Amino acid sequence: MKKILAKEQLCMGCGLCEVYCTVAHSKTKDIIKAYTREQPRPTSRVNLEIHKPVSFAIQCRHCEDAPCVIACLSGAMTKDEESGLVVHDSERCIGCWTCIMVCPYGAIIMDSSGKAVSKCDLCSDLDEPACVSNCPNNALIYKEVK
Amino acid sequence: MGAIEAIREVDKVGAITLVSEEECPYYSRPMISELVSGKANFDKMKCREDTFWKSHNVNALTGYKAISVNMSQKLVKLDKGDPVNFDKLLIATGGKPFVPIIEGANRKDVLTFTTLSDAKLLDSKLKTAKSAVVIGAGLIGVSVTEALVDRGLKVTMVELKDFILNLILDEHSSEMIQNVITEAGVTIVTGQTVKKIIGKPENSQLVGGVILTNGDQINCDLVIVAIGVIPRKDLVANTSVKTNRGILVDKTMSTNISDVYASGDVAEAYDFLIKENRLLPLWPLAHLEGKIAGYNMAGKKALYEGGTAMSSLKYFDMPIISFGITNPKEKDQYEILVECDQEKKIYKKILLTNNVIVGLTFVNDIKKTGIFFHLLKNAVNVKKFKSSLLSENFGLANLPPSLRKKIYERQ
Repeated sequence: MKKILAKEQLCMGCGLCEVYCTVAHSKTKDIIKAYTREQPRPTSRVNLEIHKPVSFAIQCRHCEDAPCVIACLSGAMTKDEESGLVVHDSERCIGCWTCIMVCPYGAIIMDSSGKAVSKCDLCSDLDEPACVSNCPNNALIYKEVK
Repeated sequence: MGAIEAIREVDKVGAITLVSEEECPYYSRPMISELVSGKANFDKMKCREDTFWKSHNVNALTGYKAISVNMSQKLVKLDKGDPVNFDKLLIATGGKPFVPIIEGANRKDVLTFTTLSDAKLLDSKLKTAKSAVVIGAGLIGVSVTEALVDRGLKVTMVELKDFILNLILDEHSSEMIQNVITEAGVTIVTGQTVKKIIGKPENSQLVGGVILTNGDQINCDLVIVAIGVIPRKDLVANTSVKTNRGILVDKTMSTNISDVYASGDVAEAYDFLIKENRLLPLWPLAHLEGKIAGYNMAGKKALYEGGTAMSSLKYFDMPIISFGITNPKEKDQYEILVECDQEKKIYKKILLTNNVIVGLTFVNDIKKTGIFFHLLKNAVNVKKFKSSLLSENFGLANLPPSLRKKIYERQ
């Protein structure tokens, strides 16, 4: 499957990945409205990790043997065998935080409602994830990995 | 569920028979409190599609109870109908509530809270019940208390130990959640238990209240016993299957009898932190154990990596994650890092031995705790970045490059 890979030597830590992720997962897809008006406030599903001089963006790795899928209490987190995606169904999520406890990447976040989690869906409705398309320094690449 | 999926991953044709007392066993037991509170209906609690049996080619004997196993003839006797023969057997009977002998506990309104039928029964009582006493303030006790508060009941929790959730939390974090629960209108009594359940003056068959060990009386319409669960291992009584508190299994989830496996709350499996087998009745571990058992039963070698105590709590809107050793008796044997922000109500504690994380409790700021769990599980020496562990923005970037690479390339 195709995954997002980070090149930390190219990352400037500008945070545009988080901005464009937030917009891509907003209702309006409008940067101003997404940040100022939308309720519930859309959250970025990519974490920009900064510990200077190191910085890179990390999001759900869509693991083969995903610990979050095994641990999920409600069946909200599933592995789609065909696409390889780890899919999160927010309707089924009860916000028990078990997935946050077991994700070794820290890539699952509490959404702004505080009642459910949220994570990278590789922007399935776009040709390429928004964080990748909008990274100004090509520090994020989207490519086929085995 | 986990076992069936694992078996079918390896073996598409072998016959699988499932015996379950419950009509629809593929639901999330931890979600029964959601059902009672009204946050979820049963459809939402189902972890799998209704086509699960068919799509996995399972002969599902739901509504049947396994009574005994004849190991030499490889037969499972059921409560009705013909016995079922097997080549390989998985015992995943789970746990049952522990109910101590309490005078007056034979009344109908004394309930337990572990299964769907328990939840339905409790729900049926809530049309008339106005108040409840919950005996035991562990995970089940707190979850049922929240559901009852949501339904408008006046609840009193009675905990024998000095503080609530004492198997999961330390005194400080326990006090934080105790305050929130109290603010929600719940009365919490610690250091006491119920010595007697009494009837109503007008009808002694109905629950009227409880008498505590100190003699205090608390009036209520319902009593919920939530002291804990014990393995449901009756099925292997009078067999040669070795048990301790639960059924003993090796890392393939096999018992001492070949072709007989056990997983989940009934089994005593490996804990990678204390390096011994122990009871760990936790959903994520049960699922993984079932999966490992399934692979081995189908002929694919798989070893259980082990689990350890791990809990994430969401009750009363106070997120808490805690795992490993959280409240040791001999505190001086550990290096303890603590951060406590009274204003933001954030509490973070990490326990280490020889620069290896062995336990964690985070309250209200639980982000990225999985990274710490990974460090604990792999016994990573954190000396080089120990000072940053409790910093607000701790993440993978704080790890040394070689370690970061290892985690990043885990896939």
